Amino acid sequence: MKHFFSKGYWADKDIQQLIGKQLRLGVITASVLVFTGGIIYLYRHGTELPGYREFTGVRAGLDSISGIIHGVRGIHGMEIIQLGVVCLIATPIIRVALSAFAFLLERDFLYVFITLIVLGVICFSMVGELAG
Amino acid sequence: MTILAFTLILLLGAFTAGMLGSLTGLGGGVVIIPLLTLVFHVDIRYAIGTALIASIATSSGSAAAYVKEGITNIRIGMFLEIATTTGAVIGALVAVFMPTNIVAIIFGCVLIFSAILSFKPKANTVVNNDTSELARKLHLNGSYPTPDGKVTYTVHRVAGGYFMMMFAGIMSGLLGIGSGALKVLAMDNIMRIPFKVSTTTSNFMIGVTAAASAVVYLQRGYISPGLCLPVVLGVLAGALGGSKLLVRANVTKLRIVFSVVIAFLAIQMIYNGYTGKL
Repeated sequence: MKHFFSKGYWADKDIQQLIGKQLRLGVITASVLVFTGGIIYLYRHGTELPGYREFTGVRAGLDSISGIIHGVRGIHGMEIIQLGVVCLIATPIIRVALSAFAFLLERDFLYVFITLIVLGVICFSMVGELAG
Repeated sequence: MTILAFTLILLLGAFTAGMLGSLTGLGGGVVIIPLLTLVFHVDIRYAIGTALIASIATSSGSAAAYVKEGITNIRIGMFLEIATTTGAVIGALVAVFMPTNIVAIIFGCVLIFSAILSFKPKANTVVNNDTSELARKLHLNGSYPTPDGKVTYTVHRVAGGYFMMMFAGIMSGLLGIGSGALKVLAMDNIMRIPFKVSTTTSNFMIGVTAAASAVVYLQRGYISPGLCLPVVLGVLAGALGGSKLLVRANVTKLRIVFSVVIAFLAIQMIYNGYTGKL
């Protein structure tokens, strides 16, 4: 309570609200994209047979951001669903980035550093050619 | 069965999974893998990719509610996330070399363990002897609001908790689950964090941990939009319904039934893994 009337307190409170909003927005955006893509996908492929017994990996274009964007431009249902999935994956990552900002506002540099390590690990897994 | 029928049935299954997952606190992911592999005969690698996405969905969905209440200890969460995210990346890397039947057996064991843990009485112990030098240096000790005022707590055995979290992260990356049970175990039993704080903090961490391995699995082609479509929508709606129900109903009996079901599914997974069917 000691900082109740100071600028720092409110900045922190605002950022917590911002994080809450960002989480909701991420989940809602993802759901809308998955739903929209799903309707298109079911309309076009609903009568085909599902094939998930044998693992072949998803078809080309669904496993990279550039491929997904390309498919979304062509209004492919599967790529729109996958864009929603990417939004969902991005939601907690953006939250971590916002937390780094929140710690910076609090001038808690130790935790700015810790948060950046977490972001670094995630970025490494993204671009580190770990897919094998 | 056409894709349309498959999607609708899976949507219903995922809704139930999300609801039961939120009622028991085990999360949506743990039920998704047996549902996909045992009932729909989906390859376990697709199931893992889908379950990861389901974990992120439930974690982010319910985290939005928890942030407001101010129970989550972001510092504990962030510090331990160094352990869980590195663990998750290691798990996702190991998964390539791991035969799928071994993955099924490990999954079954973690599932049984989680079911047993969900029975454990949740004593909300608050320990207040400030013994850990590291906890003080890392500002991990905190407080949370209750109707009777602020409750302060201290954190113990930080190093032990850190390594347990790393293990939880590896399991999460390998099996595609949030491994919330392991995270709560590390925070409750090792670090002596009050249950209320550990549950919400673990939920916060699940999404970030799952995201770290999900980016690897996405590039590896494990994440299939055809499966994510019913699972994401179903689990989200189910988790939302479950949290509403949780406020109103006494769920003790349901929790017991669900734990028995989970244990049964786990034995099936182990058996199928052992005989090489998965």
